[in-house]
Amino acid sequence: MNLSPQIEIQIIATVVAVACALPGVFLVLRRMALMSDAISHAILLGIVLAFFVVEDLASPFLIIAAAITGVITVALVELLHGTGLVREDAAIGIVFPALFSGGVILISRYAGSVHLDTDAVLLGELAFAWMERSTVFGYDLPKSLWVMGGILLINIIFIILFYKELKLATFDAGLAAALGFSPVLVHYGLMTLVSVTAVGAFDTVGSILVVALMIAPPATAYLLTDRLSYMLGLSALNGIASAITGYWLARWLDASIAGAMATMSGVFFLLTFLLAPTRGLIAIARRRVRQRWQFAQTMLTIHLLNHEDSPEAQQERRIEHLDEHLRWTPSFAERVVRYAERQGTIQSDAGDLMLTEQGRQVAHEGLSMSEATPDQRSGFAVS
Amino acid sequence: MELLHNLFFDYTLRTVAQGSATLGIVSGALGTYAVLRKQSLLGDAISHAAWPGIALAFLLTGSKAPLVLVLGAAAAGWIGTLFVMGIVNTTRIKDDSALGLVLSVFFGFGLVLLTAFIQKMPNANQAGLDKFLFGQAAALMERDVKTMASLGIIALLIMMVFWKDFKLLSFDPGFGASLGFRMRWLDVLLTTLIVIAIVLGLQTVGVVLMSAMVVAPAAAARQWTDRLGVMVFLSALFGAVAGVSGALISSSTARIPTGPTIVLCISAIVLVSMTLAPNRGLVWNWIRHQRNRRQLRIEMVLDDLYALTLQHEDLEHRHSVRVLNAMSAGRGGVKRSLEELEARGWARRVGTEWALTPKGLAEAERLTEMRGN
Repeated sequence: MNLSPQIEIQIIATVVAVACALPGVFLVLRRMALMSDAISHAILLGIVLAFFVVEDLASPFLIIAAAITGVITVALVELLHGTGLVREDAAIGIVFPALFSGGVILISRYAGSVHLDTDAVLLGELAFAWMERSTVFGYDLPKSLWVMGGILLINIIFIILFYKELKLATFDAGLAAALGFSPVLVHYGLMTLVSVTAVGAFDTVGSILVVALMIAPPATAYLLTDRLSYMLGLSALNGIASAITGYWLARWLDASIAGAMATMSGVFFLLTFLLAPTRGLIAIARRRVRQRWQFAQTMLTIHLLNHEDSPEAQQERRIEHLDEHLRWTPSFAERVVRYAERQGTIQSDAGDLMLTEQGRQVAHEGLSMSEATPDQRSGFAVS
Repeated sequence: MELLHNLFFDYTLRTVAQGSATLGIVSGALGTYAVLRKQSLLGDAISHAAWPGIALAFLLTGSKAPLVLVLGAAAAGWIGTLFVMGIVNTTRIKDDSALGLVLSVFFGFGLVLLTAFIQKMPNANQAGLDKFLFGQAAALMERDVKTMASLGIIALLIMMVFWKDFKLLSFDPGFGASLGFRMRWLDVLLTTLIVIAIVLGLQTVGVVLMSAMVVAPAAAARQWTDRLGVMVFLSALFGAVAGVSGALISSSTARIPTGPTIVLCISAIVLVSMTLAPNRGLVWNWIRHQRNRRQLRIEMVLDDLYALTLQHEDLEHRHSVRVLNAMSAGRGGVKRSLEELEARGWARRVGTEWALTPKGLAEAERLTEMRGN
């Protein structure tokens, strides 16, 4: 198998992105997104300490040590939070900078003997990831592809095997505990997964951009769907899209690939944030506008219905009169009338407004809605 | 001694110490509000978001003057905060995801700017921008410290002018709004001050670790007091102490970066505060717990002895320890509790048996009465 470096880098980027996006879905849903930030920084200390023991940067022991550090970080945060003296967010903000500082100090102190560079840890470098190769099962592929491929496989298997448990513990931890699934076990299983993924990804994309790949695609997917399975799929797709477009952006600008991937994942989020079908800003704004006109129309029809057979109907039906009665400015009244006409709820004859049959129905519906209990009303609004 | 001498007469060390102390004071004082308002990790997002601002400010102006870079950082940090608030307010995405998203994406964008444009500049004198990653306190110059100090003083002055308003905002924004204060505006102002505090520290402590300087001093100060004024003061003090001691330690030892050392110092202060602070501290808590337990045990043994006594005509009837042991249902410590009772004059020992004294009887009756049965 002889792939060009260009293709190989894109494959590695894709694999890293998907491997990060899958556990990220659960982080976002469980409101623990910043754990990924904490873990990805804190594992530096584990990597450095393990390096002092085995003195080999390529040793798989480093990954294990870093993963353990990740879990310890989570435990420390919970320990601190458990004392009741600090809030959880403050606990995160205290624990990981301390561990990370320890790692940075050790690296700088023994910089001569450690071929670890703090910049590399933070920023990663995908462009050279294809150079270091290893042959497994007769296939000669970049080492990072083997590592991240393995981690991706572990993530997929874990999620498939414990899909039900993860889902339950995520959406209803109380029920999960009552049914005998241990939420704590699921929690730590997930955290181990996040740690392992962060370790695997840190030397290709760096510890801060791991956070982007873990959070941005799931957050984007969260705006698009209500189903966990779709969210996993959409996150993975979004991760792939960020990886490929990020690669080409980086090539075009001759910039850091990891940075460009993170930027693209942010761009995709922004686009979704604006354009998502029901949850996007534009969709929300349009819905608001439509509701405003509908409400005004309902008011108008009710007003006309009230005065339909009364003696002062002649006067009340005049468009100029709406200003006094509904406190509408003339221009707004004009626009509401035009809207209602288009909807076929009223007919206007030179400023003289008449309800149509359909308009009467709208008015009755509006009246019955206002008499309904608050619960029914909100139910109506949702449907 | 030599260290102290250097602190005052060595130019570099003095500058670094002054800079670190300034950042500690400002971020400590303003961090108090972030921690109280459950926005501890906003600092993390702001500091990371500031990075592309620094890069853009440099790209646009070509200047590395501290004020220019600080302004760029502040603007970007501000935009990042706006994004976080916008996402949280308009979508169902929670604050943790919004913070993580903004901090990592902004940081990635900063990295793109750095690698795509700045590192390719002909006079590739970009080393100054790398410093913002971990900070490089040793490169602090007097003019940097002056910029930091003047901005910091302005921020602290504004904080004092709006003291009452910020207090209201932190503890009961709903009440504040009902009194006619413009809470939204105050929120924006306070966030701006926090952005300034963070941006001031970037050159010394760096983008990655700056968030700790916002959270940790305040979290430590919280353990010692329940009063806002004292907390702000203590937090600033802790920040300053950590700043200066971090600067001293890293200058006296070879190859130890200042930023991480300062962070470790403040972490140590947090640890000490959480353990030793009166009332809230863990040690204090443990002692109180033990004392309560002992008191409860004594009362239970007294109760048991009283129950036994009531079974007999003779109120001074003696009972063996074994019976009391059985009644204590394995809680243990019966013997020690009896000795304590004896010391208080509520029980007396006769051989291996025990009886209530009249005083003990009265006490047991009082306790029973107090419990309402």
